[in-house]
Amino acid sequence: MPAPFVLDRSSVTQVMAWVLAALLPGIAASVWLFGPGILITLSLATATALAAEAAMLKARGYPAKPFLTDLSAIVTAWLLALSLPTLAPWWLIVTGTLFAIVVAKHLYGGLGQNIFNPAMVGYAVLIVSFPVQMTQWAGPLSLTATPLTLAQSASVIFGGDLPKAMLDAVTMATPLDALRTGLLQQYTVDEIMTQPIFGHYGGIGFEWLAGAFLLGGLALWALRIISWQVPLAFLAGIWLAAGFLHFFDAGRFGAPWFHLFAPSVMLGAFFIATDPVSGATTPRGKLIFGFGAGLLTIVIRTWGGYPDGVAFAILLMNLAVPLIDAWTQPRVYGVAPRRGKEPPA
Amino acid sequence: MSRTLFSFKGGVHPPGHKAESNTRPVHAAPLPKKLVIPLRQHIGTPAKPVVEVGERVLKGQLIGAADGYISAAVHASSSGVVSAIGPAVVPHASGLPDECITIETDGRDEWIAHAPLDYRTMTPADLRLRLRDLGLAGLGGAVFPSAVKLDPGATHPCPTLIVNGGECEPWITCDDVLMRTHADDILQGVAVMRHLLGSTEILVGIEDNKPEALDSMRSAAAKLDFAVEVVAVPAIYPGGGAKQLIETLTGKQVPSGKLSTDIGIQVFNVGTAHALARAVHHGEPLISRLVTVTGHVLRPQNVEVLIGTPMHALITLAGDREGTTGVLMGGPMMGMPMPDPEVPVVKATNCILVQSNELFPPLPKALPCIRCTRCADACPAVLQPQELFRFAKAGDFGRAQEYSLFDCIECGCCSYVCPSHIPLVDFYRYAKSEIWAREKEKRASDLARERHEFRQFRLEREKKEKAEKLAAKAQAKRAELAADPSASGAPDADAKKALIAAALARAQAKKAGVEPKNVDHLPPDKQHEIEEIEARRAKIRALARQPLEPEENP
Ligand code: SF4
Ligand code: SF4
Repeated sequence: MPAPFVLDRSSVTQVMAWVLAALLPGIAASVWLFGPGILITLSLATATALAAEAAMLKARGYPAKPFLTDLSAIVTAWLLALSLPTLAPWWLIVTGTLFAIVVAKHLYGGLGQNIFNPAMVGYAVLIVSFPVQMTQWAGPLSLTATPLTLAQSASVIFGGDLPKAMLDAVTMATPLDALRTGLLQQYTVDEIMTQPIFGHYGGIGFEWLAGAFLLGGLALWALRIISWQVPLAFLAGIWLAAGFLHFFDAGRFGAPWFHLFAPSVMLGAFFIATDPVSGATTPRGKLIFGFGAGLLTIVIRTWGGYPDGVAFAILLMNLAVPLIDAWTQPRVYGVAPRRGKEPPA
Repeated sequence: MSRTLFSFKGGVHPPGHKAESNTRPVHAAPLPKKLVIPLRQHIGTPAKPVVEVGERVLKGQLIGAADGYISAAVHASSSGVVSAIGPAVVPHASGLPDECITIETDGRDEWIAHAPLDYRTMTPADLRLRLRDLGLAGLGGAVFPSAVKLDPGATHPCPTLIVNGGECEPWITCDDVLMRTHADDILQGVAVMRHLLGSTEILVGIEDNKPEALDSMRSAAAKLDFAVEVVAVPAIYPGGGAKQLIETLTGKQVPSGKLSTDIGIQVFNVGTAHALARAVHHGEPLISRLVTVTGHVLRPQNVEVLIGTPMHALITLAGDREGTTGVLMGGPMMGMPMPDPEVPVVKATNCILVQSNELFPPLPKALPCIRCTRCADACPAVLQPQELFRFAKAGDFGRAQEYSLFDCIECGCCSYVCPSHIPLVDFYRYAKSEIWAREKEKRASDLARERHEFRQFRLEREKKEKAEKLAAKAQAKRAELAADPSASGAPDADAKKALIAAALARAQAKKAGVEPKNVDHLPPDKQHEIEEIEARRAKIRALARQPLEPEENP
């Protein structure tokens, strides 16, 4: 046996368990603000992910136990479930999760090998293929007349195509959707913001959900599970890009605070862009990666075809990782700042 | 302390486990019946034996003479009779035996005559030669011959002398205890170093988890007639590594591939300073050292041990226990497993760490790298261990080298923090040794090619010479024949004979080329295996033929 002969007590399982734990405030907030639908979505995604993971491990000839217990599949499942509309139909969740685990994770080589964040791949596939179903967001409870119970949520999720009227009664456009639609209809931002869905910074309920994700994310940072570079740069990218546009034309571009306090941004900044496997690895590279993802998010939100851009922004930056890493290698101890140049002897 | 300290990047905080061993009083270990003294205990050329089997030797007598500049002598650690000179198991991870001198002790522990050196009146060169012959080598673990390190040379003045009392490896406390008990001696050794190096600034770096050592060194330093600054440095592994201690104390980094003397700094371990003081003020060669015996033993402690004492005897002294799973020399971060508990204590032995499953549970199985970069955050050399691992694993050694593989100090911080439990350092050692092996091979093959080309050239030349000679002869003969028409039939017959002979030779050569082996028509995997074995053997053969000295003419 080689040195070192001691290890600190960390493990992949422990890292993943902390990530899951840090998602709990967000999940609790979601239940509190939007009803219990998210619990069904999470359970369904988890079960699908574990089954897919087990099947793929078996197919690829890997031992099931160490990889199933590393919890990475559950993290993917939860991140996807939390990105999906709370009342999305069951087959949407299953399809997305399967795609994330089977294609984005295992066909790329399994744990540690995937170039793209699996949850975001699942999300992107769904929003491209099923844009309509991807709008089935439960409205904030404070705005809906009759909040759904757990059983009712289940019947919406598993019940297949509901009558449109019934669906309309319980779902609602997200603030980003509302902004986008309003802008397309030539309203100004100020006019749009008078709709009841908008709160102090983001949307009613949504801003609190974002706050809950932020809380969990800060805990991860405090525990040194994630580094500060990616979230900070990501949020800075959003804030600067949105602020820049807003500064020049406040009528056509949403305020930076509004863009920041979307749940997808906080989830993206602290839980998805920080995915070590598909992200940049050098300290400066992490800053570039996060900042780029933030900028792209605003660009896609503003000029792209989809209301939110976090998933695409992160996937695009995933592509750039090898380049970013190669260009941002830190200066090695004792090596002169300019690499490769030998001082004359 | 007024001094501004700098911090190096990375590092880890493994549990110290210092209190186990540093509270018991220090004793001398009992004299063993047999001492096994390796001739190679330092970096450089091994010592040459200067005694014979059957010869009686005294304590401190030279038994192996330094061989060359980078070498150090070895001495009998006690009086007795030389019973063997030859290969024996030594403390090395490979388990390969090395040349040793074995002494059956006689229990009288009789000293050879020795006298202090008057170092102030000796020329520096003479003094260094004496130190080499007294066997001085670095006791911090690297065992580099001290005489060499004390030679600043004309071009490298060493204004700064750093005395390393960092001792950042967990479990080890021999330097701590030495500083508590022998601070004056250590500083006397430092005075000799200062004399030889001409240093103007002397710093003693001690981690702040050793308050007693700090106190005792400070009060000893106050008594000196030159300034020694005793500095408490933050306890962090590998803060006691030479490069890291230099950075902490001075803010400077040793340039990659260079020595600290290139930036005017020399570093010695406190144990070396102590040994130097014994050598100069008592004329004693390096025949004993302080060793921490700890881990899975009943009474962890520090012992004054004669070089050559079997480790097993010390474990018994400290109280061996059931459930021992192995013995390490050094600490848990960089130590190496001993092939046999009977191996002798050598100059590099700072700690004997006895393992058990409770203290050192078997390492969990490795998972794939998740690129979490904890290793990079912990790496004091500011490397990207995850990339080095990727390249080493893929056999892409060129890229590994580009990513500064050779700046890795093998401190083990990366492996320590890796949540996937990847034995990263192993991969780096493997990659380094592969690169060395390839370079060696390349040199061997370059040499072989040169030889081959020269041989070809020689053969060609000989052939040409022969042909010219023959042609000349034939010319002469033809001239002769022309003069004598009676022998006209002969040349034809000769030509035919030559043709037949040539054809035969060709056939012979062809046959040799396709000589069937009894390994034809094997399944591909077997075939592959055989090819691999053959390649290895060819490699070994090529290496075996490689001359030791490059100047040997082909
Ligand atoms: S600590 Fe281990 S898992 Fe994390 S990046 Fe380094 S090698 Fe990979
Ligand atoms: S062993 Fe090498 S790569 Fe690992 S932390 Fe130490 S210096 Fe860095």
